[in-house]
Amino acid sequence: MKDFVIPDDRDMGTPAKVGAAVTLSVDGFDVTVPEGTSVMRAAAEIGLKIPKLCATDSVDAFGSCRLCVVEIEGRRGTPASCTTPVMEGMVVRTQSSKVKKIRNGVMELYISDHPLDCLTCAANGDCELQDMAGAVGLRDVRYIAPQAGGLANHFEPRSGAEANPEWMAKDESNPYFTYDPAKCIVCSRCVRACEEVQGTFALTIEGRGFDSRVSAGGPLDDFLGSDCVSCGACVQACPTGTLQEKSVIELGTPERSVITTCAYCGVGCSFKAEMNGDELVRMVPYKHGEANRGHSCVKGRFAYGYATHQDRILKPMIRDSIDQPWKEVSWEEAIGFAAARMRGLQEKYGRKSIGVITSSRCTNEETYLVQKLARGVFMNNNTDTCARVCHSPTGYGLGQTFGTSAGTQNFDSVQYTDVAVIIGANPTDGHPVFASRLKKRLRQGAKLIVIDPRRTDIVRSAHIEASYHLPLRPGTNVAVVSALAHVIVDEALFDETFIRERCDWDEFTEYAEFIKDVRHSPEMTEILTGVPAEDLRKAARLYATGGNGSIYYGLGVTEHSQGSTTVMAIANLAMLTGNLGREGVGVNPLRGQNNVQGACDMGSFPHELPGYRHVKGEEVRSIFEDLWGVKIDPEPGLRIPNMLDAAVGGSFKGLYCQGEDILQSDPDTHHVAAGLAAMECVIVHDLFLNETANYAHVFLPGSTFLEKNGTFTNAERRINRVRKVMQPKNGYEDWEVTQLLAKAMGADWQYTHPTQIMDEIAATTPGFANVNYAMLEERGSVQWPCNDAAPEGSPIMHVDGFVRGKGRFIVTEYIATDERTGPRFPLLLTTGRILSQYNVGAQTRRTENTVWHAEDVLEVHPHDAEVRGIKEGDWVKLASRAGETSLRATLTDRVVPGVVYTTFHHPDTQANVITTDFSDWATNCPEYKVTAVQVGLSNGPTEWQREYNEQAQQSRRILPAAE
Amino acid sequence: MSHEKLTRMANQIASFFATQPGSDQAQRVAEHLKDFWGPEMRDELKAHAAADDSDLSPLVRDAILLI
Ligand code: SF4
Ligand code: SF4
Ligand code: SF4
Ligand code: FES
Repeated sequence: MKDFVIPDDRDMGTPAKVGAAVTLSVDGFDVTVPEGTSVMRAAAEIGLKIPKLCATDSVDAFGSCRLCVVEIEGRRGTPASCTTPVMEGMVVRTQSSKVKKIRNGVMELYISDHPLDCLTCAANGDCELQDMAGAVGLRDVRYIAPQAGGLANHFEPRSGAEANPEWMAKDESNPYFTYDPAKCIVCSRCVRACEEVQGTFALTIEGRGFDSRVSAGGPLDDFLGSDCVSCGACVQACPTGTLQEKSVIELGTPERSVITTCAYCGVGCSFKAEMNGDELVRMVPYKHGEANRGHSCVKGRFAYGYATHQDRILKPMIRDSIDQPWKEVSWEEAIGFAAARMRGLQEKYGRKSIGVITSSRCTNEETYLVQKLARGVFMNNNTDTCARVCHSPTGYGLGQTFGTSAGTQNFDSVQYTDVAVIIGANPTDGHPVFASRLKKRLRQGAKLIVIDPRRTDIVRSAHIEASYHLPLRPGTNVAVVSALAHVIVDEALFDETFIRERCDWDEFTEYAEFIKDVRHSPEMTEILTGVPAEDLRKAARLYATGGNGSIYYGLGVTEHSQGSTTVMAIANLAMLTGNLGREGVGVNPLRGQNNVQGACDMGSFPHELPGYRHVKGEEVRSIFEDLWGVKIDPEPGLRIPNMLDAAVGGSFKGLYCQGEDILQSDPDTHHVAAGLAAMECVIVHDLFLNETANYAHVFLPGSTFLEKNGTFTNAERRINRVRKVMQPKNGYEDWEVTQLLAKAMGADWQYTHPTQIMDEIAATTPGFANVNYAMLEERGSVQWPCNDAAPEGSPIMHVDGFVRGKGRFIVTEYIATDERTGPRFPLLLTTGRILSQYNVGAQTRRTENTVWHAEDVLEVHPHDAEVRGIKEGDWVKLASRAGETSLRATLTDRVVPGVVYTTFHHPDTQANVITTDFSDWATNCPEYKVTAVQVGLSNGPTEWQREYNEQAQQSRRILPAAE
Repeated sequence: MSHEKLTRMANQIASFFATQPGSDQAQRVAEHLKDFWGPEMRDELKAHAAADDSDLSPLVRDAILLI
């Protein structure tokens, strides 16, 4: 099996264009390229490299270095090839004595102000300045410094006896890369990358001529103190060693690379893992990755250090009870112990007394095996996934309305949108690469509507301003989305042709009757939602009439008692306005973890076999029964909250939990802890002793995404390859561990490579029918459904009709959550995440990303703070009816009065001690986004936090290995 | 599982279907319970209803007869 591909990612000099074909001749070769292409790129298409410094294909050409000059027949002078567009019949010469002389002069000037320490420079061998000096044949530099004083330059700390005023020290403030001004050639590629690719506008060129410098702004003019979000785009763009990864400085330039997929968020960026032997030197976003198109964020680009963190557990461990310390044992012993216990529990308490939790972080293949373990070896449907706690309402809601549980678009689609609506998502923090792509489109003039209790960064940032921000009261999503629909129906802005063709007309008329009622009008709901009626009306009109309208939503939609209803309300909006089935439109859930989509696709839910088919269906069961040689239970199994309830009740006893930390990520920590404590065998399969492991009896060490083969499916249904770049430090890839357990429990599984698991998935699941590793090798990635009906995969869904046939309008009545504020708990808490940290933070907390977010803080509006005597940075106690915790407060008007906000990345805070067991009506997805709380001053961690830490410390003890 | 929780969940499901047009709401609540709740949870709910159904919404009571 070939797990490596040699990437072709030459720098073409300027970005690709689309347009009519134009043919020209370059050095006597004919080449045909789209209109608008630069002469430089046209030459590159036929393999001719025109020397260049200030151009790179990730940003628009700027034309400042003049190294790329060419001669064009019939034109005077020597135009820069990077800024000259092609013309039909153009005749270009890339070499002549004239251009040679110019290039030589340019290089001479650059080199005269550049240190000549190439041999010891970290970029040696990976520096375009070096390459260009070679390419133009530069042999000597005529500018010689006089004996006494130096020639004015930027690179010598001292000039003669004096300090050189032009010299600036290296900026090493960013944990992952350095900026060495001495090496800067002021090509502005970094500045343009930060603007065009990332959209942060952190960098500028200050000064003019000889004095010009790259500046990060901010009080100290360093990278860490600036607006920089450490995405790495500038480092990527820099042609010299000026901006350089610290890892390369430390480890040397990499000698090989492997294409793989980021294991953090649902964007699913493709990366080149650049290696020296089996040491990872750096991760570089892969240009041909179709989700990210060469961009990345700080997590995927830099935060992989957890893979080699000292906290990682590499040996299996067991213990009889959780008050004992862990004992390190062999794999054989651990697996034997686990299998015997699980089987014992089934004998004693029945077939249904054990279950599994699959991971949204693990690969499709691993997830498939874990649910197969439940269904085919445990012989029950007690399988669930943490997607339960994030996007299960998406599954239900979109399944009901459109017929399938998936986003309708690919990420490229955002390039064609005219009005983007973001509901309950914070893309600049949660899905940063998608946010960059969206921001690019917004800067080109697309409009933005943000529906969120908090003023998220995207509402107003550099060169971007939302047309409308509707700051709704947490818990009133259905009322707001229904009010938007009310305006569209009431003002007859709906797309009748689309509805007649594509939807069930009777259901539409029923729905229209319902939604027209004045109780849904923005004027009536304003008092409830806090959203000004006028703004809401205008936003509705903009979405309905502004061209291609797209909706992107996140956990702010799903994690509510009416999560599923809101998803259906969103689907209604898209159908009403005909915004489905083509580029630039659609309904797009932004998935949290890397493989939430995949985990759902793979049949992790207790009521569904792979491919979203209910276990009650006999034809579906028989497909798997024939293949696996078992009988599958036709009744749904337990969902995570049900498992915990059943555990407390005494009927659920054993759990195999792969790659999830339910104790930290699930709501109502006290209840989760009680459930876990009541079980007799908890098997945690993870990288670290996570919080759940405090209650575990068996710990099976996991492998990182760098150490295994498989696939992830991102939020756009794209199946991307994960490739093993090094051997698993724990000894086994995760799918092998699951197989060991299955075999120890009597199964006859004989997989030797995940490709066989994918073949089994394809053979059983219609949407994956034509997916296999050979195809992924060839094509890079594919979006499901991929079968005989759509052999090339499906970038956009519901193109000619909905998966379920006719689109279904569903009545969406607002029903207030039971979670209400009152005198004891007068504020509403909502939760979220931030850029540098990921979910429960098990990985990112073990990287340098902590410089940006060392702890969770509570955002409080200054008004609410004042009445409670809270000042910036004070320790506060946060209490709800479920529990209390304490953390530091920060004062901000991002939240409206009455609402407080925090993240959930740190176990010390345990924000989920506060969240309650209320959940979505249809799926039991917990209501994380609304909790009534009180906030008051405190003087440090609460009793619970102290007790918790003690228990955790106790539980994490590991006995020294026996000699 | 505590009945408060079971009751709350069942009532919550019913509160959605109660708003839906048509006359088959009880049927749809029953379908939902059959599709998403395991048999043990349904049995518990039934047992609870048999003992005391005063905290169940009318729609849930009707649905229970159908499962
Ligand atoms: S790392 Fe990203 S955000 Fe920071 S300066 Fe570079 S391009 Fe801008
Ligand atoms: S830091 Fe690098 S990319 Fe930026 S101007 Fe200097 S040489 Fe160019
Ligand atoms: S965390 Fe998400 S956006 Fe960042 S690199 Fe990974 S997949 Fe891309
Ligand atoms: S590369 Fe064209 S002017 Fe610099």
